[in-house]
Amino acid sequence: MGVPLDKPLKIGSLQLTSRLLMGSGRYASHEEMIACLDASGSELITVAVRRVNLDQRAGTSLLDHIDRKRFQILPNTAGCYTVADALRTARLARELLDTPLIKLEVIGDPRTLLPDPLGTVEATKILVAEGFHVMAYCSDDPRLVATLADAGAAAVMPAGSPIGSGRGVSNPGNIEIARSLVDLPLIVDAGLGTASDVAQAMELGADGVLLNSAVAGAEDPERMARAMKFACCAGRDAYLAGRMPSRLHAQASSPEAGLLGEALSS
Amino acid sequence: MSLTLLVNGKPQEVPAGTQLPGLLETMGVTGTQVALEVNDELVPRAKWTERELSAGDRIEVVTLVGGG
Repeated sequence: MGVPLDKPLKIGSLQLTSRLLMGSGRYASHEEMIACLDASGSELITVAVRRVNLDQRAGTSLLDHIDRKRFQILPNTAGCYTVADALRTARLARELLDTPLIKLEVIGDPRTLLPDPLGTVEATKILVAEGFHVMAYCSDDPRLVATLADAGAAAVMPAGSPIGSGRGVSNPGNIEIARSLVDLPLIVDAGLGTASDVAQAMELGADGVLLNSAVAGAEDPERMARAMKFACCAGRDAYLAGRMPSRLHAQASSPEAGLLGEALSS
Repeated sequence: MSLTLLVNGKPQEVPAGTQLPGLLETMGVTGTQVALEVNDELVPRAKWTERELSAGDRIEVVTLVGGG
């Protein structure tokens, strides 16, 4: 017997066994990043598109350190505050990586880094028409998630809480409702701070989670990466297993009959 | 004859007739992990030698970096 294996996570052309998606930013070194990716068991890493620093061309580039046979690369449009910039960045990413996948971010403002919902929907429609597999970073509003699904997104990526805040899943009910509204992959992205946040997101029915700061910003990033691997698996299994109903008062697990000193009725 | 381009926001003087591969060479960029835009439009690698450059053209040279 034993517990049957989980089915793989399919997003557009992607197929992943690990449901933990990892960012590649904010690591102290490429070596630390690779150690964390190994410990996390992740098969997908996100990258950003930026200007080449023309004054300082020394050093190796990120992709020199990533084994592309082991890891899928998901480019993002992080840092884009307009639809036009997000579209440009997505097209540059496709040129750089020859992949239809894009993690679409259209950011509303630099203080919250929360996504601009209307811009995200508009950009999703345009990129889908251009053949992109759009993984849309969005706020946790369930109706917005459903609208992005209707717009042709390959996956929806509601934020747990603001990027880099480490506050976990602010609105668990919204994630649950969003889950109930869409069939396509739902990845909780942004704001997760520690292992219990990851387990919670998965228990709520997320198909996966995307992490970066929670690992890169931990005191021991490699150990936290491993914790996240276990949390992701634990939360997923708990979701598939179906939790027991919660109740207000106690219900004994040991038999209530046969206690010492029990008065027997005749 | 030379002309001035704006490369990643900075003025760069190049000989007239310079094409995108030549520009990258001048800047010391090896072209395998970069993508290029001219005046906000992507120029696919296959078209790098077809695109004529004019004075004042804005060139963006981008690559991939760590990010979440």
